[in-house]
Amino acid sequence: MSALVDEQKLEAAPHDAECKPPRIKPHTTSEITPWLRTPKTIWCPGCSNGTITRALIDAILGLQLDPEKVVVVAGIGCSGRIAQYLEYSTVHTAHGRALAVATGVKTADPSLHVIVAMGDGDCSAIGGNHFIHAARRNIDVTALVFNNSIYGMTGGQMSPTTHMGDKSTTSVRGNVEAAFDLSELAHAAGATYVARGTAWAYRQLVDVIAGGISHTGFSFVETMAVCPVYYGRFNLTADPAEFLKSQKEHAVPVGKFEDESRLRERYPVGVLHHSERAEFVASLQAMGDKAREAAHG
Amino acid sequence: MTAAPVLLQGNEAVAEGAIAAGARFFAGYPITPSTEIAETLARRLPEVGGKFIQMEDEIASIAAVCGASLAGTKALTATSGPGFSLMQEMIGFASMAQIPCVIVDVMRGGPSTGLPTEPSQGDVMQARWGTHGEHSVIALVPSSVLECYTLTIEAFNLSEQYRTPVIILSDALVGHMREAVVLPEPGELRVAERGTPDCEPADYDTIVSDLDNILPRPPLGSPFRVHVTGLVYNRRSGAPDTEAPEIASDLGRYLREKIYHHRDAIVRVEEMEMADAEVAIFAYGSVARSARAVVKWARAQGAKVGLVRPITLWPFPTAAVEHMAAQVHTVIVPEMNIKQMSWEVQAAVGGRAKVVDYGRVDGKLITPAEIKELVKREFYYHDWRDS
Repeated sequence: MSALVDEQKLEAAPHDAECKPPRIKPHTTSEITPWLRTPKTIWCPGCSNGTITRALIDAILGLQLDPEKVVVVAGIGCSGRIAQYLEYSTVHTAHGRALAVATGVKTADPSLHVIVAMGDGDCSAIGGNHFIHAARRNIDVTALVFNNSIYGMTGGQMSPTTHMGDKSTTSVRGNVEAAFDLSELAHAAGATYVARGTAWAYRQLVDVIAGGISHTGFSFVETMAVCPVYYGRFNLTADPAEFLKSQKEHAVPVGKFEDESRLRERYPVGVLHHSERAEFVASLQAMGDKAREAAHG
Repeated sequence: MTAAPVLLQGNEAVAEGAIAAGARFFAGYPITPSTEIAETLARRLPEVGGKFIQMEDEIASIAAVCGASLAGTKALTATSGPGFSLMQEMIGFASMAQIPCVIVDVMRGGPSTGLPTEPSQGDVMQARWGTHGEHSVIALVPSSVLECYTLTIEAFNLSEQYRTPVIILSDALVGHMREAVVLPEPGELRVAERGTPDCEPADYDTIVSDLDNILPRPPLGSPFRVHVTGLVYNRRSGAPDTEAPEIASDLGRYLREKIYHHRDAIVRVEEMEMADAEVAIFAYGSVARSARAVVKWARAQGAKVGLVRPITLWPFPTAAVEHMAAQVHTVIVPEMNIKQMSWEVQAAVGGRAKVVDYGRVDGKLITPAEIKELVKREFYYHDWRDS
């Protein structure tokens, strides 16, 4: 159950396992590339960010969104660079602030499809406050988190999703802090669509992103990403293929997931939570309409 | 026919000025002594089709303001010292990404929590240099309730014209003071609109702003598909480029010069009794109210005292101060901080006149009596009758 105290009557949430995101047929490379501004990225070989970027374009194309109405707002870090690569209206904001900027964008122009791209540190460390409040408001934006459990851009420091015992350049003897489960954090804070995918299972990733974009309200899509160069090399394997394959073992479909201890080795994937409640901008509009009626008769 | 005067508080006047300027978005966080701006706009904006959001903190507030402005809506936030400190990061983003927006800082005593309910002018340097890196801003200082209204409109005009954050440096005294004012009729004051570039989306990357032709940015969600970034970018294409020193230099100098090149058009200074003044008082904001009383008193005594009151604090009114320095033998700079602007005055005076600084940091307004004493000391020959 969400941690949110809400006076509005919540409609009965459909059972999680019953919520099926749209099925998107993947697009060909020649259909994808027109939506990239450049063929060059700064991402390391083996990084999942390219896969997630493609999955996002696939989802946008599959939902047949008007490309002129798509706005991608990104934070800072490896994931934040997605803004400069995508051929939509894009904003590369400051570290942690993407959701707060997106709140202004969506509120000022509710006709836009606002997609927010963030890294794990970006979203839950420096941007943690904006994250829980955007979820609480249930503002209709899609938060797409690239969770690779490490700060890659600055060279491999631990993040709030680095597991206990894991090594990084700032936890050389093993991390002594517990990790956030970002999806459960989003749910507890009031997100009305929460899904997790992996870079390994591409089609599922496209589908859960599309499910988030088509959902009205705050949708949170956590992508388990691999960073072989830092996280993998320090903890698991520096081989991108091997690292990616390991996701196949770690990810358990949500209906079959029983281990509630959320161990590093096992996590549920799919649509984890889904419910309906009043969306922020629509509520704001309705309140404004009433105020204008009262003011002007 | 002029409208009847209304009794208005400085903070309320800022809020009404914002609405008159066409602002339809406010995001803020409660903080004394600025809260009435948020309260007034929470009530008023929905009535005029605008949106008000109370954000989780001041960082989020200015971030949301940047987002709303990028989506094509005139937007503002209001805060005070601690909140203004938190906003500096995103003021830098607005400056770098050239996002028009207005930030109202109702100054209170600091640093830190300081004197939450008492006035101060301690943020005047933070307004100029608070965010990191080379940049420029415009800062306006109201000294009356009417100016809280008119300068808010002016702030929006300047922010749209120069695509820059504009800071209004009010203070607890001006913000909480009530005066009977006759607000200008709609249409009486100029209101600058944003506009869109006069070109096809495909040609957008080929046209470029120059200092005398600052082009508006199309809103997000338009056929132009703009990219906005806080990284150093190529001014021609808008694309980030952190490899080429000449690109960084071109942008850095442009961001400064787009304000300083237009300094004469931006800067406003009010002068009082300066034609034959021997001693000038340089005072801004609420302190200028005390200084004005002193000039009247001194003139009644036959002493040649004048007032130079910057309405625009940044860019600094260097030309007005240079002109003053050539004429008077002494410049008195009373301010509710310690020497923040008097250093700047001293630099512009360049040794041509004596500069006397006088500061208070106890949350109390500098009174006419205090400034009188400073003035008296500068007239060795004068026979003061009423003291």
